[in-house]
Amino acid sequence: MSSVIKLRPYRPQRDLGTPAPAVDQGTVRLTVDGREVEAAGGSSVMRATALAGVDIPKLCATDSLDAFGSCRVCLVEIEGRKGTPASCTTPVEAGMVVRTRSDRLERLRRNVIELYLSDHPADCAGECELHDMAADMGVTQSRFAGGRDHQAAAVDDSNPYFRFDPAACIVCYRCVRACEETQGTFALTVDGRGFDSAIAASQLESFMDSECVSCGACVDACPTTALEEQSVLAQGMPDAYQVTTCAYCGVGCGFRAETRDGEVLRMMPWKDGQANEGHACVKGRFAWGYATHEDRITRPMIRESIDQPWKEVDWDEAIGYAARRLREIQAAHGPDSIGGITSSRCTNEETYLVQKLVRAGFGNNNVDTCARVCHSPTGYGLKTTLGESAGTQAFRSVASADVIMVIGANPTDAHPVFASRLKRRLREGAKLIVVDPRTIDLVSGPHVKADHHLQLKPGANVAFANAMAHVIATEGLADMAFIRERCETASFDDWLAFIGRDDNSPEATAAVTGIPAPQLRAAARLYAGAGNAAIYYGLGVSEHTQGSTMVMAIANLAMLTGNLGREGVGVNPLRGQNNVQGSCDMGSFPHELPGYRHVGDPAVRELFEAAWGVTLQSEPGLRIPNMFDAAVAGRFRALYCQGEDVAQSDPNTNHVDAALRALDLLIVQDLFLNETARYAHVFLPGSSFLEKNGTFTNAERRISPVRKVIEPLAGYEDWEVTQLLANAMGFPMNYGHPSEIMDEIARLTPTFEGVTYDKLDRLGSIQWPCNAAAPDGTPTMHAEAMVRGKGYFAITAFVPTDERSTRRYPLLLTTGRILTQYNVGAQTRRTRNSRWHAEDVLEIHPLDAEFRGITDGDWVGVESRAGDTVLHARVSERVQPGVVYTTFHFPLTGANVVTTENSDWATNCPEYKVTAVQVTRVTQPSEWQRRYRQFTDRQENLLEAARRE
Amino acid sequence: MAGSELDRLVDMANDIALNLEAYPDAPARVSDHLRRFWAPSMRELITAHVRAGGQGLSDTALAAVKALDER
Ligand code: SF4
Ligand code: SF4
Ligand code: FES
Repeated sequence: MSSVIKLRPYRPQRDLGTPAPAVDQGTVRLTVDGREVEAAGGSSVMRATALAGVDIPKLCATDSLDAFGSCRVCLVEIEGRKGTPASCTTPVEAGMVVRTRSDRLERLRRNVIELYLSDHPADCAGECELHDMAADMGVTQSRFAGGRDHQAAAVDDSNPYFRFDPAACIVCYRCVRACEETQGTFALTVDGRGFDSAIAASQLESFMDSECVSCGACVDACPTTALEEQSVLAQGMPDAYQVTTCAYCGVGCGFRAETRDGEVLRMMPWKDGQANEGHACVKGRFAWGYATHEDRITRPMIRESIDQPWKEVDWDEAIGYAARRLREIQAAHGPDSIGGITSSRCTNEETYLVQKLVRAGFGNNNVDTCARVCHSPTGYGLKTTLGESAGTQAFRSVASADVIMVIGANPTDAHPVFASRLKRRLREGAKLIVVDPRTIDLVSGPHVKADHHLQLKPGANVAFANAMAHVIATEGLADMAFIRERCETASFDDWLAFIGRDDNSPEATAAVTGIPAPQLRAAARLYAGAGNAAIYYGLGVSEHTQGSTMVMAIANLAMLTGNLGREGVGVNPLRGQNNVQGSCDMGSFPHELPGYRHVGDPAVRELFEAAWGVTLQSEPGLRIPNMFDAAVAGRFRALYCQGEDVAQSDPNTNHVDAALRALDLLIVQDLFLNETARYAHVFLPGSSFLEKNGTFTNAERRISPVRKVIEPLAGYEDWEVTQLLANAMGFPMNYGHPSEIMDEIARLTPTFEGVTYDKLDRLGSIQWPCNAAAPDGTPTMHAEAMVRGKGYFAITAFVPTDERSTRRYPLLLTTGRILTQYNVGAQTRRTRNSRWHAEDVLEIHPLDAEFRGITDGDWVGVESRAGDTVLHARVSERVQPGVVYTTFHFPLTGANVVTTENSDWATNCPEYKVTAVQVTRVTQPSEWQRRYRQFTDRQENLLEAARRE
Repeated sequence: MAGSELDRLVDMANDIALNLEAYPDAPARVSDHLRRFWAPSMRELITAHVRAGGQGLSDTALAAVKALDER
């Protein structure tokens, strides 16, 4: 049965008062209360004493924010200095003699505390540093009468997750500073002056109506209960916690899952989490309620056909049935007639087991993962050019970048915690180039402005990147020393001849890209001329017919300018889901065993064959879209799908629908009866990230532990279910704990060689490669040499997509996501995040709207050659004329009914980012939506039938 | 619509060819790609199609599939 839960007794996270010095300034020695201590040069007296074990009272200071020096409770005496300086704003000096306690200091501090208490509730329901400090000092009441300026002010509980109570606010500015420094949103201000001053969201709006993005940074920073989580107000303080990793996006934030009476109470960003350093976003911080949502299915179910009601059965029966049917189908239709899909939301260990089950248990290589539809081109492109299928940097590297180019990514929505780091660097003066058809928030936000917004046309990425490279190569801006030393000369020479051609110039490509040549030249010069230039990119790069080519073109730009192998530079894919990197690393692609090694390589196969005790196939298996085609053709008959919703997430829904209906057996393992499960014959209940042990690998190759906080609702962690299925099929698996799976991965995969759970416990997280040469991991790749030896300049000829606007379909539809919802929305739709985004809408430019008689809020039909759907319109200048945009978080939106089967030439990653469509005003849902409702209603009834029994 | 599996494979092979056309040894690169990334069942369908004339395939794609068949 499941591994045990190990919670630690609750204590708040340590707060040293002020941040560590930004740059290393050596150490100094000073004396604190008669004791000699050592401290980092540049740190505050407060931090130095705290590290030496002496906590000085404080209110306005917290170590996530720069010192502010307003409350004056942190006073100290320093020999040779007049008065009582504030320890938070006074830097340490060699030989300094500090006294933290004296009668005078005591008196001054008591005065301040009493003043604060005079305008503060007698009791705070939660953690209140003011009350704690008063208790420590034995202050029970205030001598200051009056001054109850804030006690009658109205509570703002507009935000679904936290409230603001002005009565408990001490106007220490910690929230205001957190919103500015940590989050970079600038949603809070202080209204009024002196005793009257009060915190206000934006223009005196409620939090919900303001610019606030509900990241929670202000709640964490608040020393009192003025900003407090609703769950704490309702249930009280936590009594235990465990450190784990967010299961949403590819940032992979570290969290403390804090519990009370064994139930999750809140998710607090973990200050020692190296991906997030104590910050979080509205998804990871607050939207975890789906884990215990009533829609969770916690009993296995089976049925013979999808027209039958579900029957709840016990695990033995479900697993036995699934195993027997898989073997029967193989006996009747051949060993290759079945396959599996691993999930980028599951752990490394779970993903590894599914691919192992397919390769060793099913005996074929028909395994693929949802990364197929997002970042498979990243794998192909970076492996070809640099030698490793992964991003080159750690997130913190952005703090050393001078020029940042963001291509086809919307970090403030999709990778918010990374976006906060990025915005901080921009506020420090780094330059920004945004390459995106849409005006994303980074183009112009509070204290952030792009130096160039290259608003290219959807589908023109490669033409754009080639034009950039053309300018750099022909204007003599290339870093020839780097190229000579680090790259293959022959490939560079061929490439140079290609890129120098006139047809790659900005002038020649302007018609295709829509970017004025002078602007592109200026951007290229800026990128090439920077000391450190870094590229961050997202699905706007990969999800095109030339996704792989574009990834290679990006790598070419970085090599051409020598922007690889050190801090502040690099090629950085922003991964969509929590474990996209990990699921790819773990051998989820049909042609690659773990560690990106081709199945055709006999030496690699022998290694796995010896370990697994079977003979492995030497030929690649089917990719997801090929599985669907083969299913429709009748050659592919059964699929084991873990934690993925292909029916909603994959393109051309009508085709996917036909493929899933054609299967003899579909086994779905998931938390909910998702869209795919409606076509399933066996439903195996999954476990959420709170219910299991394992690891996730984020976009910076960081392997972080996932630790169990509650028991799996259905009794098993996901890896155990795969193991049961393997055993029932006659392929034995006997792991007692996911750490044993990781040990096997480490034994068989050179880049993971040094990874163990013990080391993860010790270091917190590890960036692979982790091996003898880099026992603590590798923050920066390609530091001394490229992984492939010498960098390879691939020729990246621009091949326009077939998907072009026509008379019939004159607009280009592109898709994306928004902050509060996540991917297909199965999780976030089941939380209060839907208050921000209750439906997907179609953004359309005012000109295109007017031409069609469409006004804001109208129902509009969106039709492509693949299908049609109906959405509400939002008239917006964020999109350019000729382009429309939507998100795909709700199944009824049917965004993928419209997207086509066009895909990347090298990897078949779908072209989600370009679909030619027509948009018209309509009055009713589309035919597909009507059919969808009917089918869903029917499937809900069939589920109800199972539950009633 | 998606068309038949074979139509799709023909389109895919043409796409691969088109994207590698800039290399002097394009057909060899295309065959190599098919060998590394396509399941045998897919390669069998397309080689059978080429034996039957290879309609719809570009010159490079055709040459690549032929080379695949000859090996
Ligand atoms: S929740 Fe985040 S965005 Fe909102 S006010 Fe607080 S710090 Fe600012
Ligand atoms: S969703 Fe991403 S940014 Fe938000 S908390 Fe989770 S990992 Fe961090
Ligand atoms: S904590 Fe130093 S002045 Fe407030």
